Amino acid sequence: MTSVPLTAGHVAPDAHDPHATSTGLDNKKIAIWAFIGSECMLFASLISTYLIYKGRSKVGPFPHETWTDPSTGKTLHAILNIPVTSASTFVLLMSSLAMVLALAAVQNKNVPKRTTGERILGNSSLWLLATAALGITFLGFQAYEFTSFVHEGLSIRTNLFGSSFFTLTGFHGAHVTAGVIWLLTLFAIDRKRGLGPRDEVNVDIAALYWHFVDVVWIAIFTLVYLIK
Amino acid sequence: MATIAATPAHAHESHAHPTGLRSWLATVDHKRIGTLYLFTALFFFLLGGLEAEIIRMQLQGPNGHLVSAETYNQLFTMHGTTMIFLAIMPLSAAFFNFLIPLQIGARDVAFPRLNAFSYWVYVLGGIFINLSWLLHAAPDGGWFGYAPLTTRAYSPGLNIDFWVLGLQILGVSSLAAGFNFITTIINMRAPGMNLMRMPMFTWAAFVVQFLIVLAFPVITIALVFLMFDRFFGTNFYTTAAGADPLLWQHLFWIFGHPEVYILILPAFGLVSDVLPAHTRKPIFGYPVMVFSLILIAFLGFGVWAHHMFAVGMGPIADTVFGLTTMLIAIPTGVKIFNWIATMHGGSIRFTTACLFCIALVAFFTIGGLSGVMHASPPADLQQTDTYFIVAHFHYVLFGGSMMGLFAGVYHYFPKITGRMLSERIGKWHFWLTAIGMNLTFFPMHFSGLLGMPRRIYRYDAGQGWDGFNFASSIGAYILGIGTLFLVWNIIKSLRSGTRAGNDPWGSPTLEWAIPSPPPEYNFARIPTVTSRYPLWDMKQPVLTADVPHTQRGDKEMDVAIGGKTVGHPHPAPAPQSTRVAESAMHIETETYSAAELGIALPDPTIKPLFVALGLVIMLTAPLFMHEAQMREIAGNAAGHRTAMTMFWVFALGGASLMVGMLYNWLLTPLESAHH
Ligand SMILES: [Cu+2]
Repeated sequence: MTSVPLTAGHVAPDAHDPHATSTGLDNKKIAIWAFIGSECMLFASLISTYLIYKGRSKVGPFPHETWTDPSTGKTLHAILNIPVTSASTFVLLMSSLAMVLALAAVQNKNVPKRTTGERILGNSSLWLLATAALGITFLGFQAYEFTSFVHEGLSIRTNLFGSSFFTLTGFHGAHVTAGVIWLLTLFAIDRKRGLGPRDEVNVDIAALYWHFVDVVWIAIFTLVYLIK
Repeated sequence: MATIAATPAHAHESHAHPTGLRSWLATVDHKRIGTLYLFTALFFFLLGGLEAEIIRMQLQGPNGHLVSAETYNQLFTMHGTTMIFLAIMPLSAAFFNFLIPLQIGARDVAFPRLNAFSYWVYVLGGIFINLSWLLHAAPDGGWFGYAPLTTRAYSPGLNIDFWVLGLQILGVSSLAAGFNFITTIINMRAPGMNLMRMPMFTWAAFVVQFLIVLAFPVITIALVFLMFDRFFGTNFYTTAAGADPLLWQHLFWIFGHPEVYILILPAFGLVSDVLPAHTRKPIFGYPVMVFSLILIAFLGFGVWAHHMFAVGMGPIADTVFGLTTMLIAIPTGVKIFNWIATMHGGSIRFTTACLFCIALVAFFTIGGLSGVMHASPPADLQQTDTYFIVAHFHYVLFGGSMMGLFAGVYHYFPKITGRMLSERIGKWHFWLTAIGMNLTFFPMHFSGLLGMPRRIYRYDAGQGWDGFNFASSIGAYILGIGTLFLVWNIIKSLRSGTRAGNDPWGSPTLEWAIPSPPPEYNFARIPTVTSRYPLWDMKQPVLTADVPHTQRGDKEMDVAIGGKTVGHPHPAPAPQSTRVAESAMHIETETYSAAELGIALPDPTIKPLFVALGLVIMLTAPLFMHEAQMREIAGNAAGHRTAMTMFWVFALGGASLMVGMLYNWLLTPLESAHH
């Protein structure tokens, strides 16, 4: 039986980089993927509930059908406004494009820029702000949609459709809001000290989150708005 | 025989752990957080046990009159909620925290401050939910909180509000810890610690984290619906508006069944690491043990409706869920046989830890068998909502989870505190627990089959239940006395326990290569791992003759992403000599300060505690909203305004504390630039 006692003489800082990881990926990158996996279950629960309750509401307004109130005789039209939501969906998709450009700009911060085009593409603050602004625009559309629905007689209490619709899209909106705050924080840091390649992972995880929230909206837009 | 124990360090006293309350509040050391989890969870275990004792006193004889029906409802609800969310899960978390970094050869978890946050959310959530007792409004809807029963229409009081909000708080804690441990296990392993070399406990913990991050969001949403129904008047569980009365049951059990594996798999993992140490044999069928864990986790998401056979889902759903439930018994049974095979032919030392392992194998099997019985829908229709079910899940949770966790406590207490628990008192604890538990829960099979329903607060004499209930109550008292022996043992050990040394049991895994308690940096030199049982390779190679090895360590970690092997090559491939194993793996007996070794450790910080506090204050706010609504109904306009003011104070105050501290935390680097 042998062993090598560790004496003070042997003690030295690790030969390898203490921050080297088993996969070579940054810890934050793995954590954000685990988080996104968890979020998938969150939205899956919300979307399933919406779909299970589709068509089960006892009173209107309904998403895709008109409804006549038997007591008043008043007719409420189908409430979802597909053209407006298509526009807001387009805005959110464009925000993902801006996010890609923001990440690329941070990664290539130290690459020399010669033309005006390269300077614009390499302006990380611009693209971070653009992503946030498009996110805010999307939220503006959602605020408009929510208020007009309430105006037309659909609140979160009205029927099963109202409860499940507002909760689902509200959860998504809250995620967009959190993303906007995250992006604006990155923007502020970029203005203050400039984000560079060493910050890549911090922008990368924000981008992954943002794209995820975007993908969730594609699912919601398809399942809630497009499919009757 | 070469020296293992060098002269202990004495010249480094000034670098010892900082002590005092503040050092605990601000700690980000996974070992201290694990210790906090351990003692907090043991406290809640005693509290949940006390609730159970009152329940058994009430049911000791027919027509018990110790407590009212209302109090009884609160007792059984809080007993279940406490044991599941405040005792067993956090006891597992204590071991996750303490052991995962040590077992994989890391200096800490991936996100030490997030780890502190998880603990503080847990302890504040536990306090929050128990504050309801002071208002005589403890949750009373069962640990499963079935809606519509728990909607405002049928449960108007604050009771369910405490439960809904408390569970949301505890969910945040588990989720944050889940992301942390997944990252830690994937990314922080020492060189050579391949996935198939990880200790079984780390494997079980790894699988459990996936169950947590995938199952908890579902209960989160179910609880959000219930919260919205209760506070904002939505219709998710309002059947009059067309709601499906089964929505809650589905969502709850999609979470709830994986939850039972969240409760049992850590105990399985502990037993799989403790048994080999005390039987002097490697675990039998390591790969099968790993794959059965993964299989149980997968199947665990496909069996939830076996909790709902009685609601009339129809023959197809009943058949499918009956079959998947029977299927899941196979990987579970494999584990039982592998433990038996591990013991077979081993030189077993019947220590307290070992006895608790054997108890798990025996008692969990009884619970598993009754579980397969009600996997069959026709049998389940006879048994559902009777004491037979109570017997079943106490055999798996007490006879399974708690036995495994007790084994873990006896085995790892020396590592955690540096002092041994008394074997003599431990044997008292073990035998009283084993006898008490069987005397409590075995008769429930019979009272259940004779038709005694669950959750009744009293029963008439002459139904054939009296004797069984009396036996159960006597058993519960014996169990309570047994638990006091554990408390005594812990106090005695902390005061005057024998010093443990590095490795009192002759265990094979990395955590035993370092002093007890481990120094704050864990490993002075990160070890290079060449097999599943690195310490036995050094000390008793004959024990690991059949375990796969590599002589020189591996070139890369065996992590493949998209078919591509990734990861850093090991920095210094060891030379080809017979002394390789020795230079790769070593025993550390001296402790230094991190500064002496040039190891950068995370700075202590109290910010995670304040973020957790902000979160809990924010989630307390809805209680005032409920109060405001009650006062409005009562026509008390001034009272309504006061309550709403309180609502906003708590909501905005908590939110700004949380966000402000979170920003402060995220913008502060983990460790100061230079030590
Ligand atoms: Cu189940």
